[in-house]
Amino acid sequence: MLYREAGEFKSTYQADQAILTIRQDRWFMWAMLAFAFLVIPLISSEYWLGTILLPFLILALAALGLNVLTGYAGQLSLGTGGFMATGAFAAYKLATAFPELHIVVVILLAGLLTAGVGILFGIPSLRIKGFYLAVATLASQFFLIWMFNKFGWFTNYSASGVISAPPMSVFGDAFVTGPYATAEAKYLFTLSLVVLFALMTKNLVRSNIGREWMAVRDMDIAAEIIGIKMLSTKLKAFAYSSFLCGISGALWAFVYTGSVEPLAFDVNRSFQILFMIIIGGLGSIMGAFLGAAFIVLLPIFLSNAPHWIGLNIPVDLISHIEFMVFGVLIIFFLIVEPHGLARLWQLLKEKLRLWPFPY
Amino acid sequence: MNERNLGDVVLEVKGISLSFGAIRVLNNISFNVRKGEIRSIIGPNGAGKSSMLNVINGVYHPQEGSITYRGETRQQMKVHHAAAQGIARTFQNIALFKGMSTLDNIMTGRNLKIKSNLLWQAIYWGKAQREEIEHRRKVEEIIDFLEIQEIRKTPVGRLPYGMQKRVELGRALAAEPDLLLLDEPMAGMNVEEKEDMCRFVLDINDEFGTTIVLIEHDMGVVMDLSDRVVVLDYGRQLADGAPDEVRSNQAVIDAYLGVSH
Repeated sequence: MLYREAGEFKSTYQADQAILTIRQDRWFMWAMLAFAFLVIPLISSEYWLGTILLPFLILALAALGLNVLTGYAGQLSLGTGGFMATGAFAAYKLATAFPELHIVVVILLAGLLTAGVGILFGIPSLRIKGFYLAVATLASQFFLIWMFNKFGWFTNYSASGVISAPPMSVFGDAFVTGPYATAEAKYLFTLSLVVLFALMTKNLVRSNIGREWMAVRDMDIAAEIIGIKMLSTKLKAFAYSSFLCGISGALWAFVYTGSVEPLAFDVNRSFQILFMIIIGGLGSIMGAFLGAAFIVLLPIFLSNAPHWIGLNIPVDLISHIEFMVFGVLIIFFLIVEPHGLARLWQLLKEKLRLWPFPY
Repeated sequence: MNERNLGDVVLEVKGISLSFGAIRVLNNISFNVRKGEIRSIIGPNGAGKSSMLNVINGVYHPQEGSITYRGETRQQMKVHHAAAQGIARTFQNIALFKGMSTLDNIMTGRNLKIKSNLLWQAIYWGKAQREEIEHRRKVEEIIDFLEIQEIRKTPVGRLPYGMQKRVELGRALAAEPDLLLLDEPMAGMNVEEKEDMCRFVLDINDEFGTTIVLIEHDMGVVMDLSDRVVVLDYGRQLADGAPDEVRSNQAVIDAYLGVSH
């Protein structure tokens, strides 16, 4: 009743090509952003900001990166963890070798370095597809983690193989890494970067390069015949995807945990991110966020839910139930909508447009 | 139609032979295409018609022969080169980008004309946005031409077959090709859809001056539309000439048009 596009006429292509073409969608998005930037830091506890929302945002960024590669460009990858590790270690080496560099510069450079590594491991994609490419990227996952463990240079020869982020501030006292950083600063810093990159990614996928990625995904022969260059299109997808994963890894190591070892980015991490985009929705920006929310926030909700409704269940039993319910929910959502939560969201909006008088 | 004034030879294939292992798909095929004409390739199933189109736009690389396009002679065409030189095509089995809307499919057809780089596209501002809008305008012209306004935002996977064929034609047209290769554009259509498609083919040829190479099984359509016809059978070339000549050629009648033996 309230949500409909009737009466909203577009008189320019610019308006018709906007990200959100329906007025209510735009209001909703602005409200969400205002809530995330202004309200959440005020009402949330340090625990919520630092240990729940921060990893959610950072993993959503990695999911966004993988979704570009797998969801939009159709290149299945299991190397996300390896690329995140590359970003983390690149940021660490940059921050320790050039202490005067600003944190944003460090993170962006780490992303660019990871993009280079991504291009390198993307080269086989010209020859191999599907599951075989997944196995090839799995090799990159194991190789990168092995490399960071094996060579002390990457950890500045720390005995434990753990890297710790030096204290760095965005400006003045606004530290986002190290012991002086507040949860609010970390959250706002990460949120700003994630919103920025989500917007950039949305712009890319609605531009020519995004159409080329989807063309390669949907029908590679036809794509080639209309003039799309396979190698450069695929490598651009690998580069941009690894760029985002690298930044996500750098944020994970610097802003979220503060110190990290390569094992934090093992193959389980790659699978976790892959599940996020499958459950959230392949080829959807919204899907990356919904998937990350599902995987990160739902277990926390499940483990706290019995307590909230006043049930007194032993902790170990709760964790078992949590696993079971989580598994059932994954299966449930994949059966209800194989195209992910983003598709459910879209269907809901389509239904809402006709409510309460569907024809 | 054959008294139309046709231009110079724009494409010439000479002695093309193509084999896959021991199977000879094309055997010493030679013909030319003049600027502005509608040139048909006909023949029974498995005659090598689609393979011939694939040779012209570089998907298949013939072992023998040469292809002269716009005065440039090559032994084989390359796919990207063909696209950049203004050769576009549609497929017998629709090869659309199923997950994308009609609009995006046709916009993708203009990919070679978009110049702004990755960074501009990420910012979607200034040059990149102007370019998107300018190309959108061109694409809307094609959408108007093909009368598919109401499906512009529909994902093509949801469209009926006849509409998908039309969108695929739109995608090929978006490249503003000089030479348009149409592989059975009317296959599987009802009479009404066929008539629409015939009208589009003629209009494209007439309004844009696009040269068209057409593969089609419907003899009525072929004879009505074509300026000249090449007949293939089992990879051999049986005849080449105006529709009337081809129709009265005994070898063609025996092999293809189905006269009782």
